[in-house]
Amino acid sequence: MSLWEYANPRKFMETSALVLPWLWALALVCLLGGLAWGFFFTPDDYKQGSTVKIIYIHVPAAMMAINAWVMMLIASLIWLVRRHHVSALAARAAAPVGMTFTLIALATGAFWGQPMWGTWWEWDPRLTSFLILFLFYLGYVALWEAIDNPDTAADLTGVLCLVGSVFAVLSRYAVNFWNQGLHQGASLSLDKRENVSDVYWFPLLICIAGFVLLFVALVLQRTRTEIRLRRIKALEARERLA
Amino acid sequence: MLALLTRDLRLAVRAGGGFGLGLGFFLILCVLVPLGVGPEGGRLASIAPGILWVGAMLACLLSLDRIFALDWEDGSLDLLATAPLPLEGAVAMKALAHWIVTGLPLVIAAPVLGVLLHLPVAAQPWLVVSLLLGTPALSVIGAFGAALTVGLRRGGLLLSLLVLPLYVPTLIFGAEIVRRGAEGMALATPLLLLTGVSLGSVALLPLAAAAALRINLR
Amino acid sequence: MLEVRDLAIARGGIAVLERLSFRVGPGQALVLRGPNGCGKTTLLRTLSGLQPPLDGQVTLAADSLAYASHADGLKPTLSVTENLMFWAAVFGTGRAAVETATDRMNLRPLAARAAQNLSAGQKRRLGLARMMLTGRPVWALDEPTVSLDAASVALFAAMVRAHLENGGAAVIATHIDLGLAEAEILDLAPFKARPPSQGGSKGAFDEAFA
Repeated sequence: MSLWEYANPRKFMETSALVLPWLWALALVCLLGGLAWGFFFTPDDYKQGSTVKIIYIHVPAAMMAINAWVMMLIASLIWLVRRHHVSALAARAAAPVGMTFTLIALATGAFWGQPMWGTWWEWDPRLTSFLILFLFYLGYVALWEAIDNPDTAADLTGVLCLVGSVFAVLSRYAVNFWNQGLHQGASLSLDKRENVSDVYWFPLLICIAGFVLLFVALVLQRTRTEIRLRRIKALEARERLA
Repeated sequence: MLALLTRDLRLAVRAGGGFGLGLGFFLILCVLVPLGVGPEGGRLASIAPGILWVGAMLACLLSLDRIFALDWEDGSLDLLATAPLPLEGAVAMKALAHWIVTGLPLVIAAPVLGVLLHLPVAAQPWLVVSLLLGTPALSVIGAFGAALTVGLRRGGLLLSLLVLPLYVPTLIFGAEIVRRGAEGMALATPLLLLTGVSLGSVALLPLAAAAALRINLR
Repeated sequence: MLEVRDLAIARGGIAVLERLSFRVGPGQALVLRGPNGCGKTTLLRTLSGLQPPLDGQVTLAADSLAYASHADGLKPTLSVTENLMFWAAVFGTGRAAVETATDRMNLRPLAARAAQNLSAGQKRRLGLARMMLTGRPVWALDEPTVSLDAASVALFAAMVRAHLENGGAAVIATHIDLGLAEAEILDLAPFKARPPSQGGSKGAFDEAFA
């Protein structure tokens, strides 16, 4: 049995229906557990106070914002090369989820930045590249919405995702470079990982797992919706034709 | 392919072709900015590199949707796609025509507008060099965006949404060259990076744009 | 010159025509008939390679087909000669072909006029002249006689006949009787795709989603 069998919409619907309830449950457990542990059962940071606890949303959301794009890139490649419809629809389903994660990362970053750095927004390379990533998501989603023919839309967004990925990576380096040129070494970007001690680290891991599971569950659920929408569209088109 | 280039240039120069519109827009922008931020020379000088580059970028953006839209509407694109010349070549030629009509005049006019914005004299040659290196990338990236949105009603707005994020690296490196030029700093690195972005775009994006056109013509 | 075997084509992912087979040899013309929306344009676009077929084969020598769509591909601000010269350059047929095409479609008196100042029928003639100077042996014409007057239709028929006599071939979608006695007529109605439930070809939708 080959892995590609799951790219058949029928098979996909069957399998995802089986897996989804477990995924939702697991995601919920991880998220609730991780967040509760993180928020209520870890000590306040000696320097940052309780504000540090936003890390449990901020870091996983930021990670998933990037991972979602990578997943879209892979799904687009599979569609362009092997023409599996489910793959294209999965890429479509993931985009708004990734966009929301990006927004969450930006917003929680702002809430954290206000008490820590005294500003809601700073043109730090990291923040800036997330803002740019958000713009890439926006363009991708807008292109999907704009095209009527679903196969054309899948092809064109696939090409955009490929080209966009290259430019997104380029932008990341460009932004790093640009800020150096402006501020001579950004003083605000503190690498969170180094500050984090074990007490904070374990709940964070669980939260990250929760976000990953949440992402997978959301994407599966949305892909199922997209498949059903395509079915409706096909049936309607056939009815018009008959 | 040369025939395509000369045809596009001729069309641009004829009535309604829009030749010089981008340049006019660029000029107006450079007049509006001092009116908006105030006339102090020092402040203008410090933001001049960025304004000039953003202005050039927007002026370029204005005429992008015309690269393929007219040919799409009158059926020329169908014919070009079935003609013996490779569609990739046709895309490259049309992007080149766009650059000659829009990018090149910007490069030539930029020093004058630099004077208006109090750009330091030391930065003037670098402004020209950076635009000369960067505007071809703007045209090719734009041609890719135009190819993606060619069949769409109201594609113009979507086109800007797709293309502007792709312009980020070009803008950053281009403006950085001018800024460093103004401050008399070493600028070999951004110069090389901008050249790299430009060459890479010119070499690879016509392929992606032609693929997008074929999908749209299907 | 052109052979189509067991062709199935789709529009918007749904099959419109299937089990279509025909052959057009040198000197032959095929006239496509059928109600609006039956897939004539889709068929011509498939033949010209703009669109992939759903199933079946189109056998055709490379770069031997010239396609003329509803739109003429004319630039309003260029003159008649400039328009023709451009396409002659693209197809590498040169000035002589432009002269012949201009004379053949009776465009000589209009040669210096800008295309935007032509009437609809004159534009159509210019579009057909463009078709001629591609120098390609197989023509695929989509409603070529729209907005042509009787004299121009006769002119067009003569042009197609001359093309056939020179060993060319043509596939023409039209409702008008062109007076081409040698043309074979193919009614597309019997080839209308059946729904997949009755054994018809499956479109991209059905394969994955129905």
